[in-house]
Amino acid sequence: MFLALRELSFARGRFALMGSVVALIGVLMVLLSGLSVGLVNDGVSGLKQLPVSSFAFQQDVDKTAAFTRSVVDVDAAETWRAADGVADAGPFGLSLVNTRTDGGLDLDLALFGVERDSWLAPEAESGSALTGAGQIVLPDTLLDEGVAVGDVVTIDQVGTELEVVGFVGGQHTFGHVDVGYVDLPTWQEIRAGVRPGEAVPEHAYQEVSAIAVRNDGAGPDLAAVDGAAGMTSLTLTQSFAASPGFTAETSTLQLIQFFLYAISALVVGAFFTVVTIQRKNEIAVLRAMGASTRYLLRDSLTQSAILLLGSTALGVGIGLLLGASVSATAMPFALEPAPIVAASVALVVLGMVGAASAVTRITRVDPLTALGGNR
Amino acid sequence: MTATPVTTRAGLFMAGVTLTHGDGDSTVTALDDVSLTVEPGELLAVVGPSGAGKSSLLAVAGGLTRPDSGEVSVGEADLVAATPRRLAAIRRTQIGFVFQSGNLLPALTAIDQLRLPLHLGAVTDPRDPMELLEEVGMAERATRRPHQLSGGERQRVGIARALMTRPRLLLVDEPTAALDRARSQEVVALLAREAHQHGVATVMVTHDHDVLHHCDRVLEMMDGRLLPHTD
Repeated sequence: MFLALRELSFARGRFALMGSVVALIGVLMVLLSGLSVGLVNDGVSGLKQLPVSSFAFQQDVDKTAAFTRSVVDVDAAETWRAADGVADAGPFGLSLVNTRTDGGLDLDLALFGVERDSWLAPEAESGSALTGAGQIVLPDTLLDEGVAVGDVVTIDQVGTELEVVGFVGGQHTFGHVDVGYVDLPTWQEIRAGVRPGEAVPEHAYQEVSAIAVRNDGAGPDLAAVDGAAGMTSLTLTQSFAASPGFTAETSTLQLIQFFLYAISALVVGAFFTVVTIQRKNEIAVLRAMGASTRYLLRDSLTQSAILLLGSTALGVGIGLLLGASVSATAMPFALEPAPIVAASVALVVLGMVGAASAVTRITRVDPLTALGGNR
Repeated sequence: MTATPVTTRAGLFMAGVTLTHGDGDSTVTALDDVSLTVEPGELLAVVGPSGAGKSSLLAVAGGLTRPDSGEVSVGEADLVAATPRRLAAIRRTQIGFVFQSGNLLPALTAIDQLRLPLHLGAVTDPRDPMELLEEVGMAERATRRPHQLSGGERQRVGIARALMTRPRLLLVDEPTAALDRARSQEVVALLAREAHQHGVATVMVTHDHDVLHHCDRVLEMMDGRLLPHTD
């Protein structure tokens, strides 16, 4: 520590330059993490809010559009309900629609069709829950847009009118649009394209998107029940990939983050390589004076650790401040402690790996070079 | 010179030391059957042309290079038999180095240069840094860094740093190489005073014949052999 601290303060300009690079990477990590979590929430928060463990879809369904492509029979719910390890199972409908409120607001919605009063039905935070056909429950984030209980939402494609009866609390979105909960028969009519007043084809009430399953304990053997029922199950997390753009968004951000970690480790490694080469003569003198390799390594690594911890803390701090102001905007952005802590730890650990590979040069410095005439 | 047994409390004892560099046709004999005893408190100067083996002598005496054959010991410590780890410990506690132009660490103030040896490992009975700095006439410059000191001042701090651990042996490599005449005289006079006052066996390698009158004994190095100095 004796030498490490004095060199940090003596060459503060050089170390500050390096520290600000690490700090800026830290800022970027926090913002990317916020964006990443925000996009995930925007894509699948509606699914996350459901008390569901897995969904059973039509056999061999396209997993990137499972909810909108799959058609299954409502009676399949019985098969699932009977399976071991299933606490509850019920029909679930999902379709994407364009709507307009009577207040003149254009609203794109992901309609979730659920049986009212069932375990899948949403609990309203304000207003009432679904009590019958022709009703819709929306997320309370829409209150800010001027939507209120008693408003009428009209589905563009079929002209069905739905009355807003209540609001659920918190963010409920799917594929970047808000979720609207409707009673299952209403959803089935909209899905079948039945206009108000028209006769409903009999098969419409047999069809839903998927069977939602809630586990009891360890849950059912998905593959076995899938086989018996002729279906394809996805766990709740697997079903996120069915949200439009979800996989592309998350994998792009993960790639950027991966490269940032690699760049950060390489930059720190390059910096300490140069510093160590510049200190070669100094290290030779120290070794001639009897400093052990362990002492020299410990001193250099302490220096790297102080630099990395300090600049990462600074960068994350600035990132959190910036993030707080971004959160207040319409951008999909959410700061969660876990990914930010993980990013900070990764930044410090990978930086230390870079520094460590650089300072091992110390072990190759010959103390003999401290003697002037001996070359 | 009569060879003394290893067990005497000599500062430096070398007997029959041979060191060669390179291999095959390009072999260079750096030290050729060198025997030398330096008593505590004695200042020995070694002169000779470049490439005569003066630096090799310092490297072997300081435990930086292991000789091909011969005996080397500092006090009771046998440098030939010691492991690299033990050699580092011997250098830390028993041997002081003074390098050309001081070779101070740029980040450290004069007083911290003297504190440094105490941080490299356990030292029994070290000197007091401030007192030692005063002894070499650098007390007023205690908080200056090397770039704020003159060449002579850097060399004084370098000498003081080498004496911090009360070494038995002080090895000095061309201390006046970067100094003018007056400074050179001052620095070597200081070395002589420290050697005598604290009983440190001191070996100084130099090109500078003007400072030899400060030394107790002068030897000449020629093609790896150590000979009496003839002026």
